[in-house]
Formats: sequence, C-alpha cells, structure tokens
Amino acid sequence: MSAILELADVTRIHGSGATEVRALRAVHFHAHAGELVAVMGPSGSGKSTLLTLAGGLDQPTHGAVRVEGVDLASLGYKGRARMRRTSIGYVFQDFNLIPALTAAENVALPRELDGARAGVARRAALQALEEVGIGELADRFPDEMSGGQQQRVAIARAVVGERRLILADEPTGALDTDTGEEILRLLRARCDAGAAGVLVTHEARHAAWADRVVFLRDGVVVDESGTDPAESLLESDAAR
Amino acid sequence: MSVRQALLALLEQGPMYGYQLRAEFERRTGSTWPLNVGQVYTTLARLERDGLVEGTGTDDEGHVIYRVTEAGEDEVAAWFTTPVSRSHPPRDELAIKLALAVTVPGVDVGAVIQGQRTATMAALQDYTRLKRTGRAALPGAATDPADLAWSLVLDSLVFAAEAEIRWLDHCEARLRRVAATRDDVRRPGEAPAAENATDKAARR
Repeated sequence: MSAILELADVTRIHGSGATEVRALRAVHFHAHAGELVAVMGPSGSGKSTLLTLAGGLDQPTHGAVRVEGVDLASLGYKGRARMRRTSIGYVFQDFNLIPALTAAENVALPRELDGARAGVARRAALQALEEVGIGELADRFPDEMSGGQQQRVAIARAVVGERRLILADEPTGALDTDTGEEILRLLRARCDAGAAGVLVTHEARHAAWADRVVFLRDGVVVDESGTDPAESLLESDAAR
Repeated sequence: MSVRQALLALLEQGPMYGYQLRAEFERRTGSTWPLNVGQVYTTLARLERDGLVEGTGTDDEGHVIYRVTEAGEDEVAAWFTTPVSRSHPPRDELAIKLALAVTVPGVDVGAVIQGQRTATMAALQDYTRLKRTGRAALPGAATDPADLAWSLVLDSLVFAAEAEIRWLDHCEARLRRVAATRDDVRRPGEAPAAENATDKAARR
C-alpha cells in the first residue's frame, strides 16, 4: 500500500537575499491510508507551510509533493484545483463554513463544483452528515449551530465524495475540551475507516490521538514518536 | 502514605480480605500503581496494630476478613478532608536532570529535552489509546463508579504528561532565547535575524 500523501525532500523558501526565510528544509513526510499523523512545533516551525503544500495551495521550491502517487507539480493549476476538490479535504480552526448555506448545502458544494448533479450531491452530503452524527441538522444554517456542530459539518465537507486525504489545521482550537475530543474521535474514526489524516496542532493532548507525532523545528523534522502502521513496515521490507 | 488510607477507605464499603482489597484498588486505578498482595497484608497488619482495623475471623477458604474500626473511620474522614500536602514537592527526576544538564559542561541540553519529549509523547499516545479503546471508553463507564474512577486516573496521567511536554517546550524556548542573547553580546553589530538555528547549534 502506498502513501496517500508523500513529501519527498521538500524545501520551501519564501523571499530571497537578506529576507529569505526557509520555511521547510529537505523534509520527508508521509501519511498512509488508515493513518493519522500529527505535526507539532512552535509558531514559525513550518507546520502551516507543510499543510499548505500538502493541499496543493502552494508549491515547494525543491522536492515533490505527491497525493495518491500523483506529483502535484505535474498537474498544472486546473489539475491541482480538481485534485483539491476530489481527493483532499480541509478542516480549519474557524470552520470556514459559508453562512448563507445550510449544513447540507455547505457539504454538497465541493461535489457540485465538481460537476455532480444537485440531487446526487445532496444525497452524498446527507450521508456524510449522518456519518458525523448530525444528520438531523442538515437544513440548519451555521449560525444556528454550536461550534462543535459546525466543526462536524466541516469534517463532513472534508470527507464527502470518497476523499482520502484529510488535512486539519488546529481543528479543535476554538472548541472546549470535551467538544474538541469529540472532533478528534471523529477524525480518528475517519482514518480508521481508511482515510489518511494530517493533524496540525500545538496541543500535545490532541496530537496524542495520532498514530505518529512529527516534531518540526525551524523547518526541519527533529523527532518522531509512535510507529508506522503495519502495512508501511511490510512495504519498506519489500523495497529493501 | 496513601496505600494505608486507600485500604482503610475501601474497608468502609464493607469487610474484605487482602486479595479482595487489592482487586478493588486496581479496579479503581487500573494497574497504574500495582499493589502486591504482600504489601497489602503488611499494611493490614500495621493497621491492626494501630487499632484502625480488626480481624473478624475467616471465611470458608481460610481468608482473614478485616473490617474498619471507629478510629479507622475517623482516620479516613480526616484523609478526605485534608488536602494533599504541597509543601514538599515530590522529588522530580526530570527537573533535577535538566537543572544539572544546563549547568554541567558538555551536556547537549537540546538532545536531553528532545529525547524526553519524544518519550513523554509516546506515553501520552498510550494513555490516549487506553482512553479511546479501553475499559474507560465502554458505554458502561458512565455508570460504573469504578470505571469512572479509572477513567479519571487516566485523565490525571494525560494532564501530567501534557504539562511535562509544555514545560519541556518552555525550557527549550528559554534556552534558545538565552543562546541568542549571548550571541548578540559576543558579536555586536551583527543582525541576529540573519543566522539560523543550525548555525547556532553548530557553534554551541
């Protein structure tokens, strides 16, 4: 089984000359199907850059970012946009739901943008909302929901349509402890069901839900705790 | 000495023998602080000597059953109403190790911090796994007081590990700040922003 997300020798430099900032330096990183990987590090360590690159929203200065085996750089702008709609789901700290759309409409949007018929997209959205435990809130607007419920909608939107890579940037940041834990439980369940998840957080207690925890410092991976899933061990054996 | 008070408190629920006491203790605390049965019987013997428990004969299988005395009940009540003493913090090997690492020449403090953080993070991952898959995660955990007790003990371990990681992050940030200030003093006129941490680490 190959990695859903792979960063191979990735360096990202912002600016040049005296103001040059090396946000990431020669980073190797991967997330397999069924695996939740947490990325920790202080502000400015490169966590967000890593997530932005993984999502195809920015491109590395050197190295390659591959999602389901496809080098994002080889896709071109349109191809990357399509990849973002069909393969990659995002969960943000501040939910980023569209206030004028209901929960179901928010979740259906990426499918509709991708050309799915409205009925098909709505059915997929309802199923995704059901899976995150808020099927009954499908016709509510974001401001009629609690923070935890809004984040559930955001997770449903991130996974609708068989997307297998979930990128979460401090998804529990705006939530109280219990609600935050519910969200992690949900992310964990999506990964256990076969998705690959990357969770950026500065809270050790939240990172502990992951299979592996990667520590970034000044754009470099300094440490890793936890273990690779059994499949990837087999894979590296086979590669030897 | 908490084993003593814990056993007395358990006997408030009703008379028990040594093995039962151990099982009841571990039902509430997981196997976080394993008690061997020898320790239980030694403690019971001391409690009996001090008049806090008394033997009430044996059951069919020859186990000596203990029950709490009136003086024992007073001791349990006093234990619950007195806060755990904070006047003498327990000896903390990690804090001592770091205090020495920053003062003894030739120790790579960064490596000490990083090594510990990885180990503590791994422990935190284990506790979290227990929380989400173990007894504490079962639906019954909300109703069985012993399961609730164990789940709270687990939370205590989680919070302690989290605090340790935060403290290690804090130590690392402060040490880096100190190192940066030293560099500024040593080489005035040079912009500290132009250098990076690898250079610093190499110079150290």
